[in-house]
Amino acid sequence: MKHVIVGAGPAGVLAAETIRSLDKHADIVLVGGEPEPAYSRMAIPYLLAGQIAEEGTWLRHAPDHFDRLGIARRAARVTALRPTDRSVTLDGGTEISYDRLLIASGSVPVDPPVPGLDLPGVHHCWTLADARGIMELARPGARVVLMGAGFIGCIIMEALVARKVRLTVVEAEDRMVPRMMDQTAGGLIKRWCVEQGIEVRTSTRISSVQKSGEGLHLECEPGPSLQADLVVVATGVRPATDFLADSGIGLGKGILVDAHQRSTIEGVFAAGDVCEGVDWDGGHGIHAIQPVAVETGRVAAHNMVGREVAYGGAMDMNVLDTLGLIASSYGRWQGVPDGDTAALLDESAYRYVKLQFQGDRLIGAITLGLTDHIGALRGLIESRRSLGEWKSRLLADPARFMEAWLATLGK
Amino acid sequence: MYRSLTLDPEKCTGCLQCEMACSWEYEGHFNPAHSRIKIFAFHQEGRFVPYTCTQCADAWCKNACPVEAIQINAETGAKEVVENLCVGCKVCTIACPFGTVNYDHARGKVMKCDLCGGDPACARACPTGAITFVDGDWPGYEKMRQWAERTDNLASAQ
Ligand SMILES: Cc1cc2nc3c(=O)[nH]c(=O)nc-3n(C[C@H](O)[C@H](O)[C@H](O)COP(=O)(O)OP(=O)(O)OC[C@H]3O[C@@H](n4cnc5c(N)ncnc54)[C@H](O)[C@@H]3O)c2cc1C
Repeated sequence: MKHVIVGAGPAGVLAAETIRSLDKHADIVLVGGEPEPAYSRMAIPYLLAGQIAEEGTWLRHAPDHFDRLGIARRAARVTALRPTDRSVTLDGGTEISYDRLLIASGSVPVDPPVPGLDLPGVHHCWTLADARGIMELARPGARVVLMGAGFIGCIIMEALVARKVRLTVVEAEDRMVPRMMDQTAGGLIKRWCVEQGIEVRTSTRISSVQKSGEGLHLECEPGPSLQADLVVVATGVRPATDFLADSGIGLGKGILVDAHQRSTIEGVFAAGDVCEGVDWDGGHGIHAIQPVAVETGRVAAHNMVGREVAYGGAMDMNVLDTLGLIASSYGRWQGVPDGDTAALLDESAYRYVKLQFQGDRLIGAITLGLTDHIGALRGLIESRRSLGEWKSRLLADPARFMEAWLATLGK
Repeated sequence: MYRSLTLDPEKCTGCLQCEMACSWEYEGHFNPAHSRIKIFAFHQEGRFVPYTCTQCADAWCKNACPVEAIQINAETGAKEVVENLCVGCKVCTIACPFGTVNYDHARGKVMKCDLCGGDPACARACPTGAITFVDGDWPGYEKMRQWAERTDNLASAQ
């Protein structure tokens, strides 16, 4: 059986390793579109901060890791999928045939419709190549504008500060990390950043970027324009499906998959950022996060070798360190119309815990300034356990989630 | 077969010797805040529950790690944090559904139980036999469930 995997990020690598662990004899080819060894995008902020070298971003460190496992690596971009031939085409024109195909091509950055984002000095922060471009320009004293204060924007903020640049953050929405944090937490994160001396302009759009002397000139709406030596665009990502346009594969926002990570084409699976699969609570969606990438990669691998394994469903989960203020969010942190909410807030201490319930189950959570045992929130939500008498205790004091987890573990 | 920690809330008196021993083992000082094992006090029921990583077979923390900084010790089966690889991203702390990986702010790294290389200090320090290190290799979740059920029965009996 020949397994071809498109994408050498965490989903693709975990899938390749899992296939090997389940089938000693399978042919496994791992195709990655970037020249570097398989690496982790998530580690890029630590590279920018100077905490690690490029090797520190590699997913696997032993030089012979993939050889030892008998996983063939190819650095090439896949340009087309031809399901009738059961093959994919590489950028040089080479065809590779497969019995089972996994598409784990991840995400690509999305640009807002702003003129000038193709100018030199404007970079995304998604690949190692992007990181090198940023590091060249983000020198001490350089004027840097971070466009977008979402999850990725906030995570790289610390790295930019560590590089001693003069940083301005511009976010179109009314708060920081709008897709992961509520008004209260997003507001506290903004206040925290401002207290650390960073200029944060929320509800502000950059309307154009132009070359001006050695640097760049940015028009903003509303408010004064900005000058920059470097603009980092972190305004979101979308599934990397462009090369599949003519393949006939079922696409929603991403590659549509069932609970077995099967696409609409027989023998073709998808995992990671690129797939649109089942959610833990019955919905459907895309989740561009590391834990979901590795879990769906493993589930796909099982089904590719013929072991029926259904995924329990993806759940949003994020942990964010914004200049030392640590925030997390889980599941349906926005709450549901018929649900209950419990919140505990200490603004001056930057501490916040908010829990969302539906019936006597926990369905979502936000924490700020609190890190111990937060994984138990995942356990409580995903196991869908009845909280019983613990619901009223959590409504009174949401910080007691770890006790609730222990007390209900056997139920 | 690997040996594993078993935690028996029925025998735990909440003396915190295990937390002290753990903190001493790793940090060279006595500070329960730096312990990888925690005793949770349920004051209403007068009950104490010891809790730490079960070295579960699923290894959510290890799989989620973006830089291979959680590795399996071949001798003990423990999932260990490799400090010089850990970048402090904390993804393992939210991926572990048992809540047993914590972030150490001072070091900028995560910390979890690694069975002290095969001779856990907490088990040695426990005066009542609530924490023991015994032969047995159960998948983590079942193991947790089992001892949790014991806690639970105890709670409902009171
Ligand atoms: C700066 C930054 C910080 C992040 N921080 C976090 C975080 O803290 N927590 C979190 O959960 N997530 C974080 N993420 C997101 C996380 O990195 C992604 O969710 C994860 O990488 C998804 O894994 P994947 O394997 O699905 O895709 P990717 O890691 O994107 O890998 C896709 C692979 O496919 C290859 N590829 C794409 N198209 C083709 C093609 N046509 N042919 C061949 N190969 C192709 C790419 O080259 C790459 O090898 C962060 C991302 C970035 C950029």
